Amino acid sequence: MADRNTFRLMLLILGLVFAFLYIPISVLVGLSFNEGGLPTAWTGFSVKWYGSLLEDADILKAAGNTLIVAVSSTILATILGTLLAVGVEIRRRNGKWLETIIFAPMIIPDIVLAIALLSMFSLLNIKMGLHTITVSHVVFNLAFVCAVVRARLKSFDWSIVEASADLGASTMITLYRVVIPVLMPAIVAGGLLAFTLSVDEFIIAFFTAGAGRSSITLPMQIFAMIRFGVTPEINALATIVISVSVVALALSQRLNKGGLPGQ
Amino acid sequence: MTTDRRPLLLMTPALLWLTALMVIPCALILVLAFFRRGIYGGIEYTWTLENLALVFDPLYFRIFLKSAGIAGLSAAIACVLGYAAAYAIAAMPRRRQPTLLFFAVLPFWSNYLVRTYAWIVLLNREGLIVNIARWLGYNGELPSMLYTEQTVIVGLVYNYLPFVILACYAPLSRMNPEVTEASRDLGASAWTTFRRITLPMTVPGIATGFVFVFVLSIGNFVTPALLGGGQFQMIGNLVYAQFLTANDWPFGAALSMVLILVMLGLLMAQAVVAERASNGKGQSDG
Repeated sequence: MADRNTFRLMLLILGLVFAFLYIPISVLVGLSFNEGGLPTAWTGFSVKWYGSLLEDADILKAAGNTLIVAVSSTILATILGTLLAVGVEIRRRNGKWLETIIFAPMIIPDIVLAIALLSMFSLLNIKMGLHTITVSHVVFNLAFVCAVVRARLKSFDWSIVEASADLGASTMITLYRVVIPVLMPAIVAGGLLAFTLSVDEFIIAFFTAGAGRSSITLPMQIFAMIRFGVTPEINALATIVISVSVVALALSQRLNKGGLPGQ
Repeated sequence: MTTDRRPLLLMTPALLWLTALMVIPCALILVLAFFRRGIYGGIEYTWTLENLALVFDPLYFRIFLKSAGIAGLSAAIACVLGYAAAYAIAAMPRRRQPTLLFFAVLPFWSNYLVRTYAWIVLLNREGLIVNIARWLGYNGELPSMLYTEQTVIVGLVYNYLPFVILACYAPLSRMNPEVTEASRDLGASAWTTFRRITLPMTVPGIATGFVFVFVLSIGNFVTPALLGGGQFQMIGNLVYAQFLTANDWPFGAALSMVLILVMLGLLMAQAVVAERASNGKGQSDG
């Protein structure tokens, strides 16, 4: 009997925690489809707030910028992160400092990295814009790609690499035709993760975008809108942004069975 | 293939990238903290300890302590809730656990701004909570729910809870059920078993969760800016102001340096906790 009560208590805890996690987001998503746009009354289902997003030139421009930054930083981070992961796992015995440098981008407070990059770019007189946001995003993105690929490499059968070498393949051929294909699901999973991180990243982009509105990204646009107040348009935009993350994460999870991102 | 230089070659591009865009900029911050602020906001290249002294000036140190207090409280609440949730997930049937964990962590990967904004939607003066209160027949003035310290804490807990669940679930799921069964068979109550067996074995997860939430909260700038209202200041907002409005970069750098030191100290403490726990496993039967 005691066990059954314990189990019920556990279900109750789970119910409460999941309610806490999901109610705020659900309210937001729900209101984005409310025709009246106000939380006071449900006046009917409508997608008109999504339509009005499409007419907002600022939002479209910001979305375009975000896409440019996210795609280019993801490609760069996926290449660098994968090579790093393979190198680190072949070497096996890595010093503490190396592990720290690889791990640091995931734990360092965004604000610190953001001002550090801003200081460096300005002292070097580098003109800031989408390119500086992109190279900055690669820093944390490559760390996440590396973590996902390394997790996959833990169960990697290195004898196939030896077999490939024995059969006369060079290191590059082995990497390209043996290692990379086996790792592909993890590489794509890591890339998708990097993509969502970049799409959602605000603080580093905010500091490294430079002056003016030309290189504003979607999170920067959302931040500016939120400071104005709650509007149905933000609800709709927020819903789209959440959907992008959820889809990318679900795909990443599907490809990379057995390991949750971050685990 | 294990002794040659080829692995280093593979690692070089990424390590160069991290050096140029993380190590050097962070080192730059450390140097910047010791320079003087120029009269017109630039940097004067003479050494000084004034910026660091200013961090410990009561005016600013108060903000530091307040940030640490808020971060500590948020981390503690997140750990209690997160541990409970992780414990509950680990108590569910094995095959359901991955799905539950996935949905517990899912919000963590959606946009931070949006998750924070969701609380504004919920708590603002025309928000859902106020409407529910009115609908229930309450017509009086409600206390302000937005732009308070408590709202900031709720926002931080909400945003970082999934990570704590993940961190606590890892050691809980690895626990051998026979250990707790043995404890129960030997006559220990469920509570004693939890306190003397389960909790000590899963402390590293809690430590990881706590340090993570604390570090990300103390330097947070978005949550105080959005949920704390315009006047609310935490260290993150202070750093932001030095760089983007007050134009006192050396002082901003000094503040960041202290943040980095706090972070490093906590990470080391966490490593010690993890090490003790793994050493203790072999001896706990003594």
